[in-house]
Amino acid sequence: MKKVLEINHCNKSFGDNEVLKDISLSVSEGQVVSIIGPSGSGKSTLLRCATLLETMDGGDLIYLGDYAAKADAEGKAVYGDKDTLQAVKKHFGLVFQNFNLFPHYSVMRNITEPPILIGKRNKDEVYAEARELLKKMGLADKEDAYPCELSGGQQQRVSIARALAMKPAILFFDEPTSALDPELTGEILKVIKDLAAEHMTMVIVTHEMSFARDVSDHIIFMDGGVIVEEGDPKELINNPKQDRTKAFLSRFQQ
Amino acid sequence: MNLTVVMQQLVGGMGASLLIFVLTLLFSMPLGLAVAFGRMSKFKPLQAIIKFFIAILRGTPLMLQLLVVFFGPYYMFGLTLPRSYRFIAVIVGFAINYAAYFAEIYRSGIESIPKGQYEAAAVLGYNKQQTFFKIIFPQMVKRVLPPVTNEVITLVKDTSLAFVLTYEEMFTVAKQIAAAQTTIMPLFVAGVFYFIFNAVVAFAMERIEKKLSYYR
Repeated sequence: MKKVLEINHCNKSFGDNEVLKDISLSVSEGQVVSIIGPSGSGKSTLLRCATLLETMDGGDLIYLGDYAAKADAEGKAVYGDKDTLQAVKKHFGLVFQNFNLFPHYSVMRNITEPPILIGKRNKDEVYAEARELLKKMGLADKEDAYPCELSGGQQQRVSIARALAMKPAILFFDEPTSALDPELTGEILKVIKDLAAEHMTMVIVTHEMSFARDVSDHIIFMDGGVIVEEGDPKELINNPKQDRTKAFLSRFQQ
Repeated sequence: MNLTVVMQQLVGGMGASLLIFVLTLLFSMPLGLAVAFGRMSKFKPLQAIIKFFIAILRGTPLMLQLLVVFFGPYYMFGLTLPRSYRFIAVIVGFAINYAAYFAEIYRSGIESIPKGQYEAAAVLGYNKQQTFFKIIFPQMVKRVLPPVTNEVITLVKDTSLAFVLTYEEMFTVAKQIAAAQTTIMPLFVAGVFYFIFNAVVAFAMERIEKKLSYYR
């Protein structure tokens, strides 16, 4: 299987605080990987490093064979130049916890401006695709609406459509349902499940344990900046081996 | 001297006031953006210099600043400038002073935009310029409109300070007539004119605010 993402020996500190300690992770094409763990475990930081919102101190970051960062002899991460990183950015998309839609743009413009402006793609083609995406998200009638006129669940679906419009090879989700109530959470989880069924490559940071178990091919439990346990989702969620994992999941299993 | 004659003379002065007003905004608004960038620069020395100049411009009377701009070239450098420099000095003085205020207003607007907007743009591949002009700037404009309206209204009244350089704007004219005719009436009429001027400005700004209220 083709590897879409590879992170090798990633280290990251904020001052004296070591947030990520020698994390390695690889995601193959079509694979869905979930990352779970307590707040402050480093899972969001890992996602932010993978999406170039943070820079790793050490390690490799590779998308489809293209190095965004390569460790030097001492293991220090050396990032590629502007053009390299710009090219690498085309490989991934990110869905934020707070949606981060552009409030001054209509739904349609939120989705179409990046492919047209950044992807330099044909306008009509992009608009046609955007309408398809909106239909898929159940928002066909919302293309002229502004984000402030939508519910949280609708906003999150628009932001998923915005990310998909760039045709990324891999899509990251950073706690995509944490800002939503249980009903809206269901909406978003369904969208992600549909994407999984279409073999979209995804990495999902989430607190929804049963969702992580059902949707992913591989699950990672992080705590204190390290991967404590990883493996088959059902096995890890239902029969965790490590004490720390057991403690974390005990609330869920009751 | 009757009211109609006074009004006719003041309308002439009002044209000059309007000219100061328009030119000041035309220069100070973009200049303010440049100053705001300097103020937010990661290059500390530039940031410190800009901060210092903003402190001076906000901390001393505009009237004094106008005098410095007008007389400075002669007293500091011995330059004799043509008569037309009077008008240039008025505009330069106003534009620089207002740019300092606008810069701080813009800065507050830019800094109030959530970090997530920058991050969303960065992940989508927007470069710095695209992020600023497409995403941040339009949202900033909406946020700074109320304080900018305040400044613009203040500017209408501040144009009267051009009298210290005996530039013949409305207030200068009103004072001249008042002194010559020993009547306070022209000053009242000027007051009414300023008030109407500002009513128009406030109305226009309100319209712009309404136009931008299609999103939150």
